[in-house]
Amino acid sequence: MNGDSLFFTLFAFMACLGAVAVVVSQRMVRMAFWLIISLGSTAALFFLIDADFLGAAQLLIYVGGTLVLLVFAVMLTSSGPYLNIETSPGEIVMAAMLGLLFLFMVVSSQTGIDWNGTNQQMAAANGMTGEISTFDSGSEGNTLRTIGMSLLGLRPDRGAAETGQLHTGYLLPFEIVSVHLLVVLIGAAYLARAKRRRDT
Amino acid sequence: MFLTLASQSVPELLDYFAPQWLQDTASEGWQYVGAALVHMALLFGVFSLCPFFLIWLERKVAGRIQDRLGPTRVGGRFGWLQSLADGIKLIQKEDLCPPAADSMLFNAAPYIVCMSSFAAFIVLPFSEGWVAVAADCGLFIMLAIMSLEVFGIILAGYSSASKWSLFGGMREAAQMVSYEIPMAICALIPVVAAGSLNLGEIGDMQSGGIQNWFLFHDPFTFIAFFVYFVVATASCKRAPFDLAEAESELVGGFHTEYSGMRWSFFFMGEYASMFAVCGIASILFLGGWNTGLQGIDEILSTMRAGDNAGSYLAGVLGVGIFAAKAAIGVFIQVWLRWTVPRIRIDQVITVCLKYLVPISCFLFLGAIVWPLILHKGLGDRTTWNEPLGERVAEAIEGGRTVTTVLERDERPGQSDAHSPDHGPDADSKDEDEDSVSATQFDHSLTLYPAEEVSR
Repeated sequence: MNGDSLFFTLFAFMACLGAVAVVVSQRMVRMAFWLIISLGSTAALFFLIDADFLGAAQLLIYVGGTLVLLVFAVMLTSSGPYLNIETSPGEIVMAAMLGLLFLFMVVSSQTGIDWNGTNQQMAAANGMTGEISTFDSGSEGNTLRTIGMSLLGLRPDRGAAETGQLHTGYLLPFEIVSVHLLVVLIGAAYLARAKRRRDT
Repeated sequence: MFLTLASQSVPELLDYFAPQWLQDTASEGWQYVGAALVHMALLFGVFSLCPFFLIWLERKVAGRIQDRLGPTRVGGRFGWLQSLADGIKLIQKEDLCPPAADSMLFNAAPYIVCMSSFAAFIVLPFSEGWVAVAADCGLFIMLAIMSLEVFGIILAGYSSASKWSLFGGMREAAQMVSYEIPMAICALIPVVAAGSLNLGEIGDMQSGGIQNWFLFHDPFTFIAFFVYFVVATASCKRAPFDLAEAESELVGGFHTEYSGMRWSFFFMGEYASMFAVCGIASILFLGGWNTGLQGIDEILSTMRAGDNAGSYLAGVLGVGIFAAKAAIGVFIQVWLRWTVPRIRIDQVITVCLKYLVPISCFLFLGAIVWPLILHKGLGDRTTWNEPLGERVAEAIEGGRTVTTVLERDERPGQSDAHSPDHGPDADSKDEDEDSVSATQFDHSLTLYPAEEVSR
């Protein structure tokens, strides 16, 4: 067992443990705590595959943003000292069915893919033999410029040498997302505006 | 030497860090665990000693400011062992958990605060190349990790089942979440100037004289430094922004119910994050491990070039300079705490949302437009400091490997499109939109090695 698989096992186990504990626990804030464990371990898995931008975004958006908002909402709205969520048996049955369906989907799609064959195909397509190697700037920690360039519409990791043509990146999705965020910000400011203008 | 994890492959690392007996007896996975434990112990040792010193400093400075003596007796002349005595007292104290509290969250909360403050040091470089993980988005990772600290504090306030703690936690949540925004924007301003989120590269770009520090890069970064410092003080919940633990109104705020070591974990976290934000300030604005004197910087960079005792010595000197700059920042935070009265919670939020966020947005816009103004209006790329493109070239070529796609062609300063000093061509403004985007596209193409692009 090498270091990567050791840490993978550790963090994957913690992610699953946190996810199960979110479902099992009854108190709202404890659920949030277990969700931190789960999402933080997922971020650690991203760091482990050298996707450090994605890992940091996961930490910043989900753990530092969404979960803080969740706990804040619970603190401001709950009537008692601790907010409990009671699940009725019907809900448990429904959730279990949905969860099992999703598990079946994941397992069947995971086992349905011939991973070795895909690897060899991709390796052959990239002009390499044997095992496919990842884009090696990731292991040196240099992923950010590539991501930035692709969000600006260029794909420097797709070689321009062979075809003489540049691959298009993700400028349009990036712009759509940024306009979307702007709309959300304006909407939030509109909802949170001071509503008692008449008193003044 | 312990911090030069950067740019080395894994087996080399293990040879470097795992002790010989561990390599002989254990498999690779256990060697990882061993090396990780050693580094955890080292970090914990350094950053529990660092608060020892800072707490002593705080008490002495507070004493001077209030015309007292501060601690005088423990450990001889200046009371320099006072923190150790305090620490022993804290260890001996009973670890209380109120019966009404949610004990699991109550016990876990101090560790979340402590962990998130300490984990930020993974990506903070202490000297050139002396960084645990030289990530390309180091600053982003650091801000992301430090944003987790608020969660531990909210949990501590919520799970204590005490109204003082709850109010403290709520104030803290409101304050830290809203101050994260101007802090991130202010940290982005020197990033715009540098064209890199890699803290190591940003530090390297500022070598060669005080005029190359990003503090003096343009007027916007100059103002941004002071805005950043105010915001950083607030995000460390230091006075005058310490509403969350205002002891005159909230007893102790979110840590009212804590005692003993768990209480002190909050303070280790607080001092560690004070040091971390001042470290970020020192790298982003104040030249990091560069002295600011051109001659000495040149000597140090020639010393760093080799792989010998001289480069190691230069590294140690760099750590000293960096730590001194960060410590001056911490000292000013202490100074502010004992000089400025506390402001109310609505004032804290007003200052952030109505003043600091618009100011930092304006500075951010200004920092983007500045290279254009310089180039168009004054016809000069820089006013007084060395052109940034050349510094970027030096910083990237000096010992760091870059991806092949980013290799420059023969014109080092010209081809780096990340450099904000590189304005568009002089004629591009007069043409229509299509040709402007075409010219910009052309600039991006120069990122590729010239022979690989056939258009």
